[in-house]
Amino acid sequence: MCLGVPGRVEEVGPAGPDVVMGRVSFGGVVKDVCLAYTPDVRPGDYVIVHVGFAIAVLDEQEAARVFESLAAMDAGSGG
Amino acid sequence: MRYVDEYRGEAESRRYLDAIARTATRPWMLMEVCGGQTHTLVRSGIDRMLPETVTLVHGPGCPVCVTSVELIDQAIEIVRRPGVILASFGDMLRVPGSGDDLLSARSAGADVRIVYSPLDALALARKHPDRDVVFFAVGFETTAPANAMAVWQAARAGLRNFSILCAHVRVPPAMEAILSAPDNRVDAFLAAGHVCAVMGYREYEPLAERWRVPIVVTGFEPLDLLQGIHMAVRALEQGRWGVENQYARVVSRDGNRRAQTLMGDVFEVVDRAWRGIGEIPASGLRLREPYRVHDAQARFPVSHIRPRESADCRAGQVLRGVLRPTDCPAFDAACTPEHPLGAPMVSSEGACAAYYRYGKRS
Repeated sequence: MCLGVPGRVEEVGPAGPDVVMGRVSFGGVVKDVCLAYTPDVRPGDYVIVHVGFAIAVLDEQEAARVFESLAAMDAGSGG
Repeated sequence: MRYVDEYRGEAESRRYLDAIARTATRPWMLMEVCGGQTHTLVRSGIDRMLPETVTLVHGPGCPVCVTSVELIDQAIEIVRRPGVILASFGDMLRVPGSGDDLLSARSAGADVRIVYSPLDALALARKHPDRDVVFFAVGFETTAPANAMAVWQAARAGLRNFSILCAHVRVPPAMEAILSAPDNRVDAFLAAGHVCAVMGYREYEPLAERWRVPIVVTGFEPLDLLQGIHMAVRALEQGRWGVENQYARVVSRDGNRRAQTLMGDVFEVVDRAWRGIGEIPASGLRLREPYRVHDAQARFPVSHIRPRESADCRAGQVLRGVLRPTDCPAFDAACTPEHPLGAPMVSSEGACAAYYRYGKRS
């Protein structure tokens, strides 16, 4: 239920009276997604999508931390 | 797929497993809160590869599983009325109520539709102005902003034929209930990453402080879970407690403020009964007064329903991490995915379903 899938924003719809929608690609499969909760996204950004809504924008720098932490352990500072 | 595949590497997994084994010197019991995490752990075999010192128990984070029999009975009662369309996430259809489930109601002619998003249910209401469209609003804080948006849009568009049967639950009160139970054995939590994507993790800080328990906000891929376990074990070994964030690529301390704002406008906090667990104070959401016209419980007479739970189902103990699915006498005997006694056997996030599906029979 709390399944959230990362996808790449392809298109951001016009801001209008209704909520902002956009197109998000999940490994090539493109779906309509509500972007009202991530209004600052631009094409190329990655978002986490849950039941048709983007709920978070992925942070590229933080995404590498899982591997940096491994490197730190190998260097003897963790573990 | 980017941000998925790189978190599934076997070599990195092995290194984290080694690090966990080196770090853990005493037995520790960790609970992963979210059913999605349970499925990753069992599917990838992480639970079997961990050192003996580290035990994972599975938490109540399966909204389908904790939705009360009463609400399922109400959904069935409502959809049997003429002119009603009930829209639901597919997971709910095979969950047993007192007698029937939604799937058997549909076979008997009721109009039950499976939707992927609450906005699909809203579209049904627009398309069928002569029908009453009821959305079965199940979910944790991850899903609440989506359902809040559907109600808010319906209110703005004057779609009076759209309502929700609200079964929303909140995670922190459930964690508090687990910690305060006399038979609690949980030393640390892996908190549900996508709930925190919406809510942030501020509200977990007082919990961690009060119960002196490490809480690690954790993602859903194998490497996320292994790193989360490593962080939790390290904190326990060092005698530390507090909140740490493994899933920082998605979760910030404040969460998604916009989503929280609309949730707060549309919903208010109420006490809620969890299936198998019982009533937990302040653990649910319901529509606020201005939106009550979109509340299915106010629209349809359902208060007369008296639910009945299977006496043989021990889902409550499974959901609190007290009983392993394979230790339930009914597992793979009286209870199978084809003939479930309780929701955890049929939900895609249910712990019993995970054990059954990935071949971990007793």
